[in-house]
Amino acid sequence: MDDNKPLTAKDLVTNQEVRWCPGCGDYSILKQVQTVIPELGLKRENIVFISGIGCSSRFPYYMETYGMHSIHGRATAIASGLKAVRDDLSVWIITGDGDSLSIGGNHFIHLLRRNFDVNILLFNNEIYGLTKGQYSPTSHKGQITKSSPFGTVDYAFNPVALCLGADASFIARTMDRDPIHMREILKRAHLHKGASAIEIYQNCNVFNDGAFELFTEKTTKKLHTVFVNHGKPLVFGQDSEKGIILDGTTPRIVELSNYSLNDLWIHDESDRNKAFILARMFDDPTQEGAMPRPFGVFYAETRACYEDLLNQQVEKITTTRGKGNLDAILRGNSVWEIV
Amino acid sequence: MHLYKQYIFYMSKLTEIKDDVTIMFAGDSGDGIQLAGTQFTDTAALFGNDISTFPNFPAEIRAPQGTLAGVSGFQLHFGSVKINTPGDKLDVLVVMNAAALKANLKNLKKGGTIIANIDGFDRKNLKLAQYDDNQNPLEDNSLNNYKLYTIDVTKQTKASLSESGLGTKDAERSKNMFLLGFIYWMYNRKMDSTIKFIEDKFKHNQQLIDANIKVLKAGYNFGETSEVFSNRYEVKAAPMPKGTYRGITGNQATALGLIAAAEKSGLKLFYGTYPITPASDILHELSKHKNFGVKTFQAEDEIAAICASIGASFGGALAVTGSSGPGIALKTEAIGLALMLELPLVIVNVQRGGPSTGLPTKTEQADLLQAVYGRNGEAPVPVIAACSPSNCFDMVFEACRIAVEYMTPVMLLTDGYIANGAEPWKFPSSTELPEIKVEFAQSSNTIENFMPYARNEKLARPWAIPGTKGLEHRIGGLEKEDITGNISYDPNNHEKMVKLRAAKVEGISHRIPEQTYENGQKNADVLLVGWGGTYGVIKSAVAELIAEGFSVAHIHVKYLNPFPSNLGSILKQHKNILVPELNNGQLVKIIRDKYLVPAQGINKIQGLPFHASDIKEAVYTLLNQKSILAGNPA
Repeated sequence: MDDNKPLTAKDLVTNQEVRWCPGCGDYSILKQVQTVIPELGLKRENIVFISGIGCSSRFPYYMETYGMHSIHGRATAIASGLKAVRDDLSVWIITGDGDSLSIGGNHFIHLLRRNFDVNILLFNNEIYGLTKGQYSPTSHKGQITKSSPFGTVDYAFNPVALCLGADASFIARTMDRDPIHMREILKRAHLHKGASAIEIYQNCNVFNDGAFELFTEKTTKKLHTVFVNHGKPLVFGQDSEKGIILDGTTPRIVELSNYSLNDLWIHDESDRNKAFILARMFDDPTQEGAMPRPFGVFYAETRACYEDLLNQQVEKITTTRGKGNLDAILRGNSVWEIV
Repeated sequence: MHLYKQYIFYMSKLTEIKDDVTIMFAGDSGDGIQLAGTQFTDTAALFGNDISTFPNFPAEIRAPQGTLAGVSGFQLHFGSVKINTPGDKLDVLVVMNAAALKANLKNLKKGGTIIANIDGFDRKNLKLAQYDDNQNPLEDNSLNNYKLYTIDVTKQTKASLSESGLGTKDAERSKNMFLLGFIYWMYNRKMDSTIKFIEDKFKHNQQLIDANIKVLKAGYNFGETSEVFSNRYEVKAAPMPKGTYRGITGNQATALGLIAAAEKSGLKLFYGTYPITPASDILHELSKHKNFGVKTFQAEDEIAAICASIGASFGGALAVTGSSGPGIALKTEAIGLALMLELPLVIVNVQRGGPSTGLPTKTEQADLLQAVYGRNGEAPVPVIAACSPSNCFDMVFEACRIAVEYMTPVMLLTDGYIANGAEPWKFPSSTELPEIKVEFAQSSNTIENFMPYARNEKLARPWAIPGTKGLEHRIGGLEKEDITGNISYDPNNHEKMVKLRAAKVEGISHRIPEQTYENGQKNADVLLVGWGGTYGVIKSAVAELIAEGFSVAHIHVKYLNPFPSNLGSILKQHKNILVPELNNGQLVKIIRDKYLVPAQGINKIQGLPFHASDIKEAVYTLLNQKSILAGNPA
């Protein structure tokens, strides 16, 4: 690659054949990532993609950057160590609902709490795909899968609420079928200094086809989703005829024929309490009167990153004590001579 | 043996010269026993004695007071002669209460000295120690075979602090200082080092400094003035090689060795870990040395600890994770990943009694098979073991060298006994330490030319770290295609890669020192093959056996996978091979498997180190059986 030529999406494509099932939502996510990265002003050699195990975790093989396809659930832990020693790198974690919320749940919440400056792309398809169709921690209760022929009795995780509970500093939701929105969110995540968690609704057309179709299909999308933007009222509906107001702490759907835009809930990304309410708009969309599912940035705050605090501490101690002297510590505090 | 005792009259009290003394301080785990023991150790070391220590404590921080389960002990062997072990039997037992006496009396030599705190033998304490009603060992003549001295330590301590303004509770907490002061008197020691320690420890509280020093001196003066004690002892400095020494524990040595390896390789040290007994002291020590650029990462669990280290290694750091058996079990899958990624990583296992949670504060050598074999798939990992507290420094340095030179995870085995035990260390200067050569793969403009799984003459692949232009590549846990590193399911490639990874590890045997004898000759009738922390005790046992006229030799294997290239030929020179291990027979299995020699185990699985007598008796038994078989009873 020529030094002076700007990075293009093509430069990020590897010689490896992409092996997801035809029609998988992962293709769209790969495409959006390859499209967005050249716009971020990064050098290819300074980008690292780290994944765990699962369909989504094949992702690094398709990115012409540094990458590691690790073991189940551990991408977050590996990225933490990498970032702790290399704050100069742009680190992207690719994970799925099983990888990050089940086997890797612990590392996931601790990475968010520590706030390493990384981007986490959580591909949520509400199913285990690579192991061929068992229910996942985001599968809805009663879901019929290979491992739950009579319906799962598991209660599902709400990933956005989980991230908020772990004090993530940036939380967003987007979908495979809305490339423009996804690219916008990816850019925001990159610009955010700190751990950015993005839940991406991703269709598994083999084992859980249509899981998100009410949100993604043209005919139903407008009625079942609300796209939130900072400083903007929560408006949705086929002809943007509906809005959401906050009645105390309870969100309610109202008709804009009776309410003005000023009466509506104005989205504020910096309001953690409201972000919790927004995250709880998690109704089963097939139920009558269900709240629309929110997409966009739920919450964003500026908070110190672990690696910065760690580096600052190392620097501070090195300044106050002077650079370590190996002979001095080998000698220790008390010695004696044998003559 | 001395034919006559040497006596020196000193200040009207008799002073007897001793070659070596084994002393144990024992009491409740909250009595400050470990501190008193450590202080006496430092003072003995500063004086120039050779030393070996064995702290032995319950897993509970404050175990039930006064009970047998709550007894904490600190054993110190010091002498004017070479000291290899903390001592089989005690010369002196210092006890704070009845339980401490009951738990340790069996280890006291006949005729040995007991120094007992009377206050710890009241009705309540006697009952807690499960003595029969109305039985008090201090009064019923049951200790007639020993020299018994009783001191009311609590009363004396309180009396010396009556004007200090300290509350009863605080005053009682300095009981250990009274006994320590008394023992300093008994062994003719200066208190300077402990006084300095007290001043440092309580530097923000003058009242506590004054109180502790006062009690310490009161204990010393009690020995001087009390009519009860007529004898003092003197243990002269040991004839050790010339040089400058310090005291060191195994865990400290491990931490220092890691920092030294980082300095000598020019890499930044990253230590990812999760608190676990008895490995946590490595973290404590390393976390103090941030001005070396050391980064310690206390992860959310053992798996995260090793995975973060793998991430750091990918980024070009000298990455290390440390734990003990249960934690190593959790790290296992990630060790396999590091092996597949062929990234350098050092894994320190400070072994403790197992399985499962086992005996957290007790020592054992039962993780050898786990270290050598305990992973899914064909997953060879180099394994080395330290044999003494100070040797942890050399071996962890060596682990770093092998990891970086061969691009592989390396397991270092130490154990609770050497990790917590201390000995004098003639520490090296930084210039004496070898450089560890590290070469990151260099920038290339044509990606096509960069092959992440191409290998050098050691079969190591290049270490190409992110940020290096033109070397962008992907690695992972799926089987790699030879040279390119692309995913490959090709059957022949898989077999080839398994063999390549094995050959790489096997090849290390050519770049490690050949096995040498610690003692004895190649034609000896019996060869003792040791590994790890049993070094000192085997050495003592073999020296005694040779002195008794037996034909015995000792080798101590520090490189356990691969073995030194000449190990097989050494083994085949001996008729009888005995393998002493603190486990149910692990190295013996590997040796029998690999070399087809009829090695036999000497095994002890009590969470405690060997006594030299354990090993000697095994040798006697073996030789006896042999001579009986030969119709020639010994």
